[in-house]
Amino acid sequence: MDIKEGLFADTWGKSSSCANKLPKRNCSDNPSFTGFNSQQHQQKWEDTSMLDYGARIDQEFSQPPQTQPLLPCNPNKVQDWDPSAMLNNLTFLEQKIHQLQDLVHLIVSRRGQVLGRPDDLVTQQQQLITADLTSIIVQLISTAGSLLPSVKQTLSAAPPSFGQLGQFGGILFPPAQGVNVGVQQQNTCAIKVSDQSNQIDKSGNSGNEQNLPVEEHELKDEEDADEGENLPPGSYEILQLEKEEILAPHTHFCTICGKGFKRDANLRMHMRGHGDEYKTPAALAKPHKESGPEPMLIKRYSCPYAGCKRNKDHRRFQPLKTILCVKNHYKRTHCDKSYICSRCNTKKFSVIADLKTHEKHCGKDKWLCSCGTTFSRKDKLFGHIALFQGHTPAIPLDESKGLTGPSDRREGNEATSTMGSINFNFGSNAPTGTEIQNDMDAKGSADDPTSYFSPLNFDACNFDGFHEFPRPPFDDTESTFSFLIPGSCNYAPKTGGDLSLNTLK
Amino acid sequence: MKTLKQQRLSQTTNHFDLLSEEIVFTIIDFLSENPLDKKSFSLACKWFYVIESKHRKNLRPLRQEHLPAILTRYPNITRLDFSLCPRVTDGSLMTISNMCDSTLRSIDLSRSGAFSGSGLLSLAVNCRNLVEIDVSNATNLKDAGAAALAGAKNLEKLWMGRCKMVTDMGVGCIAVGCKKLRLISLKWCLGVGDFGVGLIAVKCKEIRSLDLSYLPITDKCLPSILKLQHLEDLVLEGCFGIDDDSLAALKHGCKSLKALDMSSCQNISHLGLSSLTSGTGGLQQITLAGDDGQVTLALADGLKKLSMLQSIKLDGCLVTCAGLKAIGNLCVSLKELSLSKCSGVTDEGLSSVVTKHGELRKLDITCCRKITDVSIAHITSSCTALTSLRMESCTLVPREAFVLIGQRCHFLEELDLTDNEIDDEGLKSISRCSKLSILKLGICLNITDEGLTNVGMCCRKLVELDLYRSVEISDSGISAIAYGCPDLEMINIAYCKDITDSSLLSLSKCSRLNTFESRGCPLITSLGLAALAVGCKQLTKLDIKKCHNIDDVGMLPLAHFSQNLRQINLSYSSVTDVGLLSLASISCLQSLTILHMKGLTPSGLAAALLACGGLTKVKLQTSFKFLLPQPLFEHLEARGCVLQWRDKVFQAELDPKCWKLQLEDMVP
Repeated sequence: MDIKEGLFADTWGKSSSCANKLPKRNCSDNPSFTGFNSQQHQQKWEDTSMLDYGARIDQEFSQPPQTQPLLPCNPNKVQDWDPSAMLNNLTFLEQKIHQLQDLVHLIVSRRGQVLGRPDDLVTQQQQLITADLTSIIVQLISTAGSLLPSVKQTLSAAPPSFGQLGQFGGILFPPAQGVNVGVQQQNTCAIKVSDQSNQIDKSGNSGNEQNLPVEEHELKDEEDADEGENLPPGSYEILQLEKEEILAPHTHFCTICGKGFKRDANLRMHMRGHGDEYKTPAALAKPHKESGPEPMLIKRYSCPYAGCKRNKDHRRFQPLKTILCVKNHYKRTHCDKSYICSRCNTKKFSVIADLKTHEKHCGKDKWLCSCGTTFSRKDKLFGHIALFQGHTPAIPLDESKGLTGPSDRREGNEATSTMGSINFNFGSNAPTGTEIQNDMDAKGSADDPTSYFSPLNFDACNFDGFHEFPRPPFDDTESTFSFLIPGSCNYAPKTGGDLSLNTLK
Repeated sequence: MKTLKQQRLSQTTNHFDLLSEEIVFTIIDFLSENPLDKKSFSLACKWFYVIESKHRKNLRPLRQEHLPAILTRYPNITRLDFSLCPRVTDGSLMTISNMCDSTLRSIDLSRSGAFSGSGLLSLAVNCRNLVEIDVSNATNLKDAGAAALAGAKNLEKLWMGRCKMVTDMGVGCIAVGCKKLRLISLKWCLGVGDFGVGLIAVKCKEIRSLDLSYLPITDKCLPSILKLQHLEDLVLEGCFGIDDDSLAALKHGCKSLKALDMSSCQNISHLGLSSLTSGTGGLQQITLAGDDGQVTLALADGLKKLSMLQSIKLDGCLVTCAGLKAIGNLCVSLKELSLSKCSGVTDEGLSSVVTKHGELRKLDITCCRKITDVSIAHITSSCTALTSLRMESCTLVPREAFVLIGQRCHFLEELDLTDNEIDDEGLKSISRCSKLSILKLGICLNITDEGLTNVGMCCRKLVELDLYRSVEISDSGISAIAYGCPDLEMINIAYCKDITDSSLLSLSKCSRLNTFESRGCPLITSLGLAALAVGCKQLTKLDIKKCHNIDDVGMLPLAHFSQNLRQINLSYSSVTDVGLLSLASISCLQSLTILHMKGLTPSGLAAALLACGGLTKVKLQTSFKFLLPQPLFEHLEARGCVLQWRDKVFQAELDPKCWKLQLEDMVP
């Protein structure tokens, strides 16, 4: 323990001195750096996130003490990490940035010391620090644009490192060295390949804007977990990932072969294949979550999309709670909806989990509003209808077909039945009605039973003596009572007349 | 030719030309008694015909086939009542919607099947001024039909009882579409729940009357219902989903509520009632009928807050004495109290109620079997303004008590003394109630012609008289009624075995008689029936079951003269094929009961069933089912006729006294 503390104290001291030194050097000695800063603020980087970058860097430089807690990361450098590859990259990028070179060299030199310490904790911290550094560098590189083919790989190691980074309770880009590295890389880009990078970046941005229209109404629920918390500004720190990081399919990469993984555990399993040193319990252990003595600052995340309500420059900025929220928010809001439901072929999603959730219920949305909105739950539909004027429940089509029901069929048959006549023999003595049956069989082809019998050939049943109004005394000019006239209709005068007149009661 | 004819017409002086249309309209207004009168009027001359056509506003058709002609003749129809028409198809509804368009205001389809949503849709779209629709009993109506109804934007009253296929979706459409609804009845719409009812309450702010009987609703929709600003009449009968706990959560009652019916709400006790009625200070009428309701002190105390209360109906509840006394102590003055079939009503309880509520107008103590003359004495002494007293089967009340009723309650209009000990003295006393219009004396074995003659002489306003099984009554009593009560519309002399044709002859003077029941009067013959048929042209219901001496001879005049007859029971009579067939000329005949008719053959029955085109209900022996062809039945059913097959054993008539003994055995 003593040894460890001593080491810490030692490294702290060194790194703090580093931190104090470096900014000065940056500001005074390196004109290109200042130039970069000014460029950022002036015109070059349209992206506001980039502007922020600069701003944050300034902040850090002006407040060196804050960076102190993070500084132990420098010295305990890199077991798995390949600094020489990094160096290659850096030299390829920009050789003029001496600070960075010094730093990397420092790291390389530190490596030897650290290797001699088998202590679990130390190795874990080393791993963490390594990852942190990696992520910082990667982030800086990523801001420089996609001109580096190797960036994607390195970059993708960032998110977990961000998470771990948080454990140190520091500010976003803790190690001053890291900042420097990133800045210098950017600087490199800005200076060396400035035109090219600008073009690329711009095109990238514009492409984004075209492809990913901001749909305001979709900005609502998905990250609402933090809607209500109303943290006072400044009480939390804001982290911002870049879109490449957000969209990276894998977040954990093998530093040896470059294979990507979604989960850290899978990566560790994978690492076993690269040698026995990765099979130790320490290497396989879950990275320890450190609960440091310093009070942890709450972390919130910002969406890199300028103008988004979740972007920290928005007037009514609402931070996102977790990295997962960032990912889902960015995909849902600023990305193409490339996943189409295979059942309905209409609903599109940008987050595959959303598609799966939808597919579970697709086709089950039977509660339909007249506005076309479907609901899987009846209470939701009725709540919707109660809320909106003019909206009304929509009756499913298959039931609406019932509108033209069986009654129509009857209409036609009624028309025919008035003309039809059946020889129904009431005089017949057939007690079982066999004759009747026969007669009806003859007519049996008709669908409707109403056509079997005509009510009209019962003249025989009318008792002639009882005609009150044997015939209408006059004919209405509009011939409304034409059916009373025996000739025009099969009704017997008596029944016909009475029928019609009694109907008027 | 035509001009010549016109000239000739103009030459003849027509006195009616001096009358304006309005005057003739006023005259026609007085012809409302007998529907046939207007018919005769319209057939007097062409001008009368035209004027009658313009005058008529209401139609009650029997057949849909003639609708186009009828609607052409009568252009000013505002109300169409199809309650006598068993089938109204979509085609007819379309005809109506095209011909009546904006004049039609009300349509009743409650007894007419065969229509569907498309017919209703055309009605709703074309008849823009439609304010009332009754589609009760349209059991096949689905949500699409309800959605069609929603097109009637001006609808104010909608009855859709027993529309069992309609769900929340359909009612939701109506709620959104018919914003002016003031009355909606959803009784027995079992598919409608909280969501539909809740949406009605949210969207239709004008609702005055809401009938939610037997709906599977819970407390979820109650808050929005109670927020309705104008709700006056709320019926929650048989809503088992509402219980005390959910009612306790209600914050406020409905201020405008005037009538509340919570009958048969098993899960609501006085606690729920008081939470529902808190804040409803204007409640005038409360109904808590139900077989398992309990009227206790607590419940009655809950009613104390209701300062406007006028009517309490507790039919069928278990009533405690303390509860009744507490009702008596309410500071309000009740106008109406119904304790029908309440067990637990005693002299003590009832007396305390009636002495406090001297303003009672209507009192129903049917089947309160524990009360005696004490109660009657209290009722008659304090409630002298009673207009309606119903006390069927108060068997412990002695015959002397009925004298008090006649002595003290002179304003009685309705008196039900069925199955009581009243005798001629009582009847004589009751005959002082000169305003009496409804008198029920069924199963009063102690009354004779003497008492009835007194009633006949004094109660000139009598409209309804029930003498069912009052076996001592004979011709002289009936003839006194017939001569003394010219307005008589309904008389029941079933099982008064001594009554002969002469009673019917005298009753034939009562030209308004529309309901005549003489079951089991063996002495009545066809002759008497013929006289009745000639005299009482408005006869609509006729029950001559077990009148063995009535045969075809009686049917022929009936068929000719009683053109308003709708319902007839011929069971056990001697009518044969001929008589039955002759009834076919009564075009509005709808209900026919023909059990145990010896003279009826299958072919005759078939012919009669076919010939009576307007039949909607036929009760007949099961034996015919196998003697007649199936397509015949199918045809009848397609016409809208329901065949009810009965397989009753032939019942020999019991001795009347013996029957009463049997009845008493059955009642515990």
